Amino acid sequence: MKSRDLAYVALFAAITAVLGLLPAVPVPGIPVPITAQTLGVMLAGSVLGARRGGLAMLTFLAVVAAGVPLLSGGRGGLAVFVGPSAGYLYSWPLAAFVIGLLTQLTWRRFTLAWAAVANLVGGVAVIYALGIPFTSLYGDVSLSAAATGALSFVPGDLVKAGIASVVAVAVRRAHPVIELPGRRPAAG
Amino acid sequence: MRWGRRAAAVVAAADLPRTAIELRGVSHDYGERPVLRDVSLTLAEHRVGVVGANGSGKSTFARLLNGLVVPTEGAVLVDGLDTRTQLREVRRRVGFVFQDPDAQIVLPTVAEDAEFGLTNLGVPPEERARRVEEVLVRYGLAGHRDHPAHLLSGGQKQLLAIAGVLVMQPRRVVFDEPTTLLDLANTRRVARVVEELEQDVVVVTHHLDLLAGFDRVLVFEDGRVAADGAPAETVRWYVDRMS
Amino acid sequence: MTLSLYVPVASPVHRAPAGLKLGLLAALAVALFLVDRLPVAAGTLAAVLLAGLGAARIPGRTLLAQVRPVWPWLVVLLVFHLVVTDWHTGALVVLRLLTLVAAAAVVTATTRVTELVAVVEWLARPLALVGVRPARVGLVIAMTLRFVPLIAERAHRIREAQAARGATGMRWGVLVPLLIQVLRLAHTLGEALDARGADAPAPPPRRRAAASPP
Repeated sequence: MKSRDLAYVALFAAITAVLGLLPAVPVPGIPVPITAQTLGVMLAGSVLGARRGGLAMLTFLAVVAAGVPLLSGGRGGLAVFVGPSAGYLYSWPLAAFVIGLLTQLTWRRFTLAWAAVANLVGGVAVIYALGIPFTSLYGDVSLSAAATGALSFVPGDLVKAGIASVVAVAVRRAHPVIELPGRRPAAG
Repeated sequence: MRWGRRAAAVVAAADLPRTAIELRGVSHDYGERPVLRDVSLTLAEHRVGVVGANGSGKSTFARLLNGLVVPTEGAVLVDGLDTRTQLREVRRRVGFVFQDPDAQIVLPTVAEDAEFGLTNLGVPPEERARRVEEVLVRYGLAGHRDHPAHLLSGGQKQLLAIAGVLVMQPRRVVFDEPTTLLDLANTRRVARVVEELEQDVVVVTHHLDLLAGFDRVLVFEDGRVAADGAPAETVRWYVDRMS
Repeated sequence: MTLSLYVPVASPVHRAPAGLKLGLLAALAVALFLVDRLPVAAGTLAAVLLAGLGAARIPGRTLLAQVRPVWPWLVVLLVFHLVVTDWHTGALVVLRLLTLVAAAAVVTATTRVTELVAVVEWLARPLALVGVRPARVGLVIAMTLRFVPLIAERAHRIREAQAARGATGMRWGVLVPLLIQVLRLAHTLGEALDARGADAPAPPPRRRAAASPP
C-alpha cells in the first residue's frame, strides 16, 4: 500500500467517527431516528473501493475497541463488541468491502442506479445478514424474531443508501479515487 | 542567550557539507498536461527562492527536489544521488515543508508528531527523545508536548510541521509556500525561522519580501525557468512582468 | 470530546497485561454460552463486578454508563423470552449479556489506548502474509485519532459557508464538498508521509530517462 492509501484509510475511518458525532435525526413516518454512522460504511466502500474501504472500517472498529468512544451516541470500548447488536458492527468491514467490489465492477458506467445497487447489497443486505444471526445467537431468540426486531431500522438504512449513492456519484465526477487495473493515470 | 542556544541546536546540520541538487533536462507531465519542460540547473546556493504564477510548475519543481515527484524525462541528482533510484538517501538529505500544516501533522499529540520522522529513520529511542525535546524547545512548543496537535494555533501548527522535518536533520529543506495560510505575525515568525536555519533552503513563495536576503531566485513561467539570478533584479523583473 | 474511556487508577487489574485481559474476555465470551445454570452465570457477573468496582476501583457511574446502551436490548430480550419461552432462558440471556458487557467495560476502563493498540498490532501480525505491515496498523489508528477533530472542524466550516450563502436544513449537502476536501487532503498527506520517511518504495518501473552515469 502506498502512503496515500494509508491516508485514505485513516481519513475515512475518521469520517465515520465524525458522522457518529451527529445527533440522530427523527424522520417522519420512520419509527427509529436515523443515525448517520453507517453512511460512513457506505461512503468508504463506494469512494475508496473494496480493499481500502474495508480496511478503513477495520481501522474504525479497532479505534473503538481500543476504548475511544466514537460510536454514535458516544459509545465505545469493548462492551459494544459483545452486546446483542455487535453483529451489525462486525459486518461493517465486509459491507464496505462488498460495496467497494460492486462499485469497482461497475466503475466505467457508475450511474446512480449502480451506486444504489452497490449500497443496497453491501450497505443494507450484508449488514443485516450478519447482524440478525448474531442477535439471534446472543439473545437466544429465533432468526425470524431477530429479523422482525430489525425491521424498524430498514427504512432509515434505505434513506442512507440513497444519500450515499447520490454522494458517491457526485464525488466520482469531481475526484475519482478508484483506479482500474491497466488504466493508471500518471502519478501526481 | 536564546539565540546562542538556537544556533547550537542546529550545529549538527551545519557540520554537514553543503548540498548541490542538479536537474538534468527535466520534463514532467501529469497525464497529457506538461508542467515542466526541459529544465536544467544546479542549486548549490545556501538560500534559493522560487516564484511564479499558479500553475507555472514551481510546486512540481519543489517536489522533484526530494523525490516526491520523479521526472517523466531527465534526472534529478541530490549530491549525485538519483531521486529515482536512491530515494531513501535523498529523503534523508532533503526535507520538505508543505503549505498546509494540517496535511503534514499525522499523529495526535505534538511530541508524537515531532518524533514521527525519527522513528521512520530508525533512530534509537533515547536519541529520539533528546532531539524531539531540543526541537520543541527551539520552536516554543515544549509547553504543548502532550497537547493534541489540533488545538495549536495556525502559526504553531506550521512551526510543528517545520520541527517535524528539522528533527530529522536534513541538509537542505524545501518549503512549499510555507506562509500562504498564515497571518502577518506568523508569516514574520516563519520567515525568521527560515532565516536562522543553518541548513540550505529552497523556498517556494508568493511572499516576495521573504526572499530579500536570499542568494538566488528562480522565476517559473509556463514550466520553464524564465529568470534566474540575484533576488533584487529577479524579483523586480517578476513584479514588472506580473503588473 | 473525551478521547478515552480509560480510568487512571493504580491497581492490579490496571497493571495486568492488556493481552491477558483481552484473552480472558474472549474466553469469557465463549464460556458463558456453555453455561446454562443461573447460579453460575450470576456468580460470574458478581466476580466481574468485584474485579471492576472492588479491585480496579472503577466508579460505579462509569461502569453503568458503559452498560446503559444495552439496557433497551436487555428489556426487549427479557420480555420476548417471558412471552415466548420461559423466565429461566430470559434471565440466563440477560445475565450472560450483562456479564460480558460489564467485563468488556472493565477491560476498557483499566487498559490504556496505547496498550490496546499494541495488542491490535500484535494481532495484526498474521496479516503480514497478505502484505499488511503491522507497524502501519498502529500508524493508521493514530492518524485516525489525529483526523477526527480536523474533519469535524472542516465539516463545521463547510456548513457555515453554506449557511452564509442561504442554505438551510441541508444536512447532507455538507457531504460532497467535505469528501472532496478530504480526498485532496489525502493526496498531500500521502506526500507528507513519504517526505518524512514513512515509505521509500522501490523505484517506479518507468525508465525513460538517461540516468546512467557517463
